[in-house]
Amino acid sequence: MIRERLSGNEAVATAMKQINPDVVAAFPITPSTEVPQYFSRFVANGQVDTEFVPVESEHSAISACVGSQAAGARTMTATSSCGLALMHEILYIASSSRLPITISVVNRALSGPININADHSDSMGARDAGWIQLYSENNQEAYDNLIQIVRINEHKDVMLPGMVCQDGFITSHAVENIELLEDEIVKTFVGEYEPEHYLLNPNETISIGPYDSSNFYIEHKRQQAEAVKNAKRVVMEIGKEFEALSGRSYGYFEEYRLDDAEVAVVIMGSAAGTAKETADRLRAQGIKAGVLKLRMFRPFPGEEIAGALSHLKAIAIMDRAESFSNMGGPVFAEVKAAMYDLETRPKMIDYIYGLGGRDVRVESIKTVFDALQEIVKTDETGDVYRYLDVRE
Amino acid sequence: MIEIRWHGRGGQGAKTAALLLADVAFETGRYVQGFPEYGPERMGAPITAYNRIDEDPIRVHSNIYDPNFVVVIDDTLIEPAKVAKGVKSGGAILINSKKSREEIHARLGGYKGNFFVIDAEKISVATIGKNFPNIPMLSALVKIAGIMDEAEFVSGIEASFHHKFATKPEVIAGNMAAVKLTLQEVNA
Repeated sequence: MIRERLSGNEAVATAMKQINPDVVAAFPITPSTEVPQYFSRFVANGQVDTEFVPVESEHSAISACVGSQAAGARTMTATSSCGLALMHEILYIASSSRLPITISVVNRALSGPININADHSDSMGARDAGWIQLYSENNQEAYDNLIQIVRINEHKDVMLPGMVCQDGFITSHAVENIELLEDEIVKTFVGEYEPEHYLLNPNETISIGPYDSSNFYIEHKRQQAEAVKNAKRVVMEIGKEFEALSGRSYGYFEEYRLDDAEVAVVIMGSAAGTAKETADRLRAQGIKAGVLKLRMFRPFPGEEIAGALSHLKAIAIMDRAESFSNMGGPVFAEVKAAMYDLETRPKMIDYIYGLGGRDVRVESIKTVFDALQEIVKTDETGDVYRYLDVRE
Repeated sequence: MIEIRWHGRGGQGAKTAALLLADVAFETGRYVQGFPEYGPERMGAPITAYNRIDEDPIRVHSNIYDPNFVVVIDDTLIEPAKVAKGVKSGGAILINSKKSREEIHARLGGYKGNFFVIDAEKISVATIGKNFPNIPMLSALVKIAGIMDEAEFVSGIEASFHHKFATKPEVIAGNMAAVKLTLQEVNA
């Protein structure tokens, strides 16, 4: 184990160096620019033998990724915000063609108004594209998740692309302590990419991405759905394997002081640590507060979440993205649907928070727990669709 | 935990100083955070940067509102950035300025705590040959806040400079001279 201090972007670039993919194709966009920037230096210095393809747009970046992964090459890219939005069309091509491409997403608000700071609107816009999505609390998780997702994506029962998300600037540009694995350990863990079918195989001539008639399209979608279902099992298996060599445990989510909790927040990304700190401070005052930090949003671990939250009295689901449904954000919609089948369920409210990099303080999360306690006390849920720290 | 807030303008090195402090504090075995808060990306725009330094892992990812120490690299930011806001009792504000203590104090909006006025430009011009005030301000902070042993800081920052200035090693000697001169000149 190597004790280091790195920013989230440096951590991701370091993981990419250790993975040493065959191809990286990328186009710069704040705040993920540093990832291909650092990586291109590794290429120039001969520290990796990756083919680095600097392209003219994100649409081209992901298109180049599709081409190279289809050819049989392990391929990665990085992007943010409008860059991911510009990839949107091709994200579906990648997943339906069953190409296990990896994207490091450094989450940033979508325009407009134009804003360079963190929220999850970019990756939430891609939530139905058939990609696995893992979210990271800090630089350590961004690094660990990237190493794991390569194995998850390429698993023969999965063969899907995946994205590892971290919060722009908040973790991407923050230097913090991190424990790195030795190069050899990562190399052995990820292994060689050995696709069953690929374009550059002279013994099997295939076509990728042809027209799919009504006679087959829905069967292909059904197979894709099966792969997503399999990904759930594989995420857990790879997490266990990774824990054995790193000592760091990874599942679908982290349960923090939930066992005997009465109130809890469900949260993803960098604000989860702030929520845990808040829960500790409230525990010191005798309030039974807990946190469920969601790591995997696609596939969505609905049954397991329902199991982990069923005993609570009231929960707040935190959404760092609007979906303009007028029913709350995307995480709320999923959690609420997952809880529906329970015989009895906690009262649930949603908070839209942290959009465009709005700072999330311990004091901010404290007001959420205050609202939950009020719900428990009065037995009235009130408005379920709320905004945190907003001037109205 | 020690929490620090830096105020500067884009291009003056506030972010670099925060990252260097994270670097040298990390080398003393502690947990660190060093991060910038960006507004519009342009030279001259006010920027804020932050540090947390602790013996235990740091989980909070928010800006710092009640810092132990504030470092002001550009004295034109004293009023607009409200630099004295939230400073904890027992903490201090360090300001790079050629103005007198009285003049600076009058601009701190009734602030009653400790503050230090440091002519970082003078130190920088005397050692580096140009006005790079961030390294003298970082050195002054380490001494005044007692973040680490001075000798440990000098050797740690030298190692960081070798890493940061790998492509322009000619600037290391001047920066090291700035570090040492600041440590001599500043009375904690």
